[in-house]
Amino acid sequence: MTAVLKAPLQPGTTSLLSLKGWTGILAALLTITIVVPVLNLAVPQDSALHLSDYHVSLAGKIMCYAICALAMDLIWGYTGILSLGHGLFFALGGYGMGMYLMRQIGRAGNYQSDLPDFMVFLNWKALPWHWALSDSFVAQLILVIAVPGLLALVFGFFAFRSRIKGVYFSIITQALTFAAMLLFFRNETGFGGNNGFTDFKRILGFPVATAGMRVTLFVLTGVVLIGFYLMARFIVRSKYGRVLQAIRDAESRVMFSGYDPLAYKLSIWTLSAVMCGVAGALYVPQVGIINPSEMSPAASIEIAIWTAVGGRASLIGPIVGAFFVNGAKSWFTQAFPEFWLYFLGALFIAVTLFLPQGIVGLFRKSVQGSRE
Amino acid sequence: MTPDLMEAGARAMQEHLAHGSLAKSHEPDFRHGIALYLDDITVSFDGFKALNALSLSIHVGELRCIIGPNGAGKTTMMDVITGKTRPDEGKAFFGATIDLLRLRENQIASVGIGRKFQKPTVYEQLTVFENLELALKADRRARASLFSRLSGAQLDRIGEVLTLIHLKAQAQRVAGALSHGQKQWLEIGMLLMQDPKLLLLDEPVAGMTDEETERTAELFLSLEGQHSLVVVEHDMKFVEQLTQGRKTVTVLHEGSVLAEGLLSDVQANDKVVEVYLGR
Repeated sequence: MTAVLKAPLQPGTTSLLSLKGWTGILAALLTITIVVPVLNLAVPQDSALHLSDYHVSLAGKIMCYAICALAMDLIWGYTGILSLGHGLFFALGGYGMGMYLMRQIGRAGNYQSDLPDFMVFLNWKALPWHWALSDSFVAQLILVIAVPGLLALVFGFFAFRSRIKGVYFSIITQALTFAAMLLFFRNETGFGGNNGFTDFKRILGFPVATAGMRVTLFVLTGVVLIGFYLMARFIVRSKYGRVLQAIRDAESRVMFSGYDPLAYKLSIWTLSAVMCGVAGALYVPQVGIINPSEMSPAASIEIAIWTAVGGRASLIGPIVGAFFVNGAKSWFTQAFPEFWLYFLGALFIAVTLFLPQGIVGLFRKSVQGSRE
Repeated sequence: MTPDLMEAGARAMQEHLAHGSLAKSHEPDFRHGIALYLDDITVSFDGFKALNALSLSIHVGELRCIIGPNGAGKTTMMDVITGKTRPDEGKAFFGATIDLLRLRENQIASVGIGRKFQKPTVYEQLTVFENLELALKADRRARASLFSRLSGAQLDRIGEVLTLIHLKAQAQRVAGALSHGQKQWLEIGMLLMQDPKLLLLDEPVAGMTDEETERTAELFLSLEGQHSLVVVEHDMKFVEQLTQGRKTVTVLHEGSVLAEGLLSDVQANDKVVEVYLGR
């Protein structure tokens, strides 16, 4: 009995991942940084092994979604706080990057003006104040992190301090993203209204729409996703991570044990928002457009669906869920475009009813079953 | 701005300033021998007085049983002591210096008051071991938790408590899989990990078998002296075991103290018989 007790007695002392886990990470890293680029760029197009541009950009896009799902898992799966406004943070990161890309167009736009086309169209003569830093890539990268982070920090501080919980919190986050969408729809806000930003030409002086840039962005997104995964893994395996789960299971017990849940909730909430912001910034140059539809309530709800379908509180689950749902979406919308939403709805209901642990839970169950 | 609001604002500010630093710098002052002092506490919910000018004091190292019919205000009293409910009137002090009405729940816990809920409240998805680990006396701040590692002494302490609450064999099971009685034990164990000076135990033996109840009584009696304990209980047999015929029992009724004294005296009290025992 003592042997049973001793080995796993202290949580978090074993290494971050098992040997199998590290092998998986290494395999994913190799696939992203070597296999995919080679199959896409070096293998001739008529070869059966060739990976099409379409699939590379699709995978790149889905990896951005996977980052959001991972962020959602930290706040929902582990801490029990369901946000229905994560699309807002994603969009803010996207807009931060989009502003820089708009300025990189320079005089190559339709109106051949120094100002972005939509400003010329609105008859503006100078950049509005919030575009002051938009020429600097580094400054915009800082904003990509700082804007979602600060918004989450301020919003979270008031919400958590007032002990807003459960469905009330979810509804407020939903309202927040909806309000932001309405704000961004307005031309006067200075973010291109309902058209948003598009028609990007260059990033850091390199053309955006080339095979090389597509693969570069793909690799970058993949590396960021893996990095975030390892960070999230470190967090949930620390005592901090166990306090988050304790807050989810019995917040009053956490308080009466002397912890201040505010600090824990606020920090993980803000981190989660920043992760979404980074995902948005990676997403925009890959899909070539950002507009207020990313802030629509449905977009945020989808993030929660990916997380639930993949399996909450498992980190890997939400990534699987993002790939599964979005992969299915891209196939469905081509094969049976009119049935996609029915399928998504049915999927969500089926997972809620039959697979509370998601796809990953199903897999784990079958592994455990075969062991017994 | 009305004076009321200004006062509330000043209090909020003080609370804000006190937050964080207070937990470490304020050691309770027990030189007068009083661990907990409640004076004239009144709590009303929509006109209903859950507590009505309740006054109570608990000596350092005392084990006090509190009995009373349902709705007598026992749980509300615990809510007031632990910061969950703010009274409309009255004073609540821990030791001679710590004003409980100025502190938040987590601050009250860190000055040394532990509470066990009526319904066992444990972290269902964490293991028994992890439940105890989180309750262990340590730096409660978020950053400290992120990089915390258990020391050998802390591991030993967890091991001791696991033995004490008879859950050593279940250490790696998730707490949600425990029986009701075992969850009660686990929550008691979590309180012990906090090493509180005052333990508030709300119906700690509800749902326990007779054997478990007896063991719990033994455990509490062994804590007496080093800790002050306030036990709210319906189970008269358990109260008898705890008081051993010589300790004071307090009877609550309609939010105030109806009687106080030895269990046998209290049981013989006409008023008590009328409202409670004679039902």
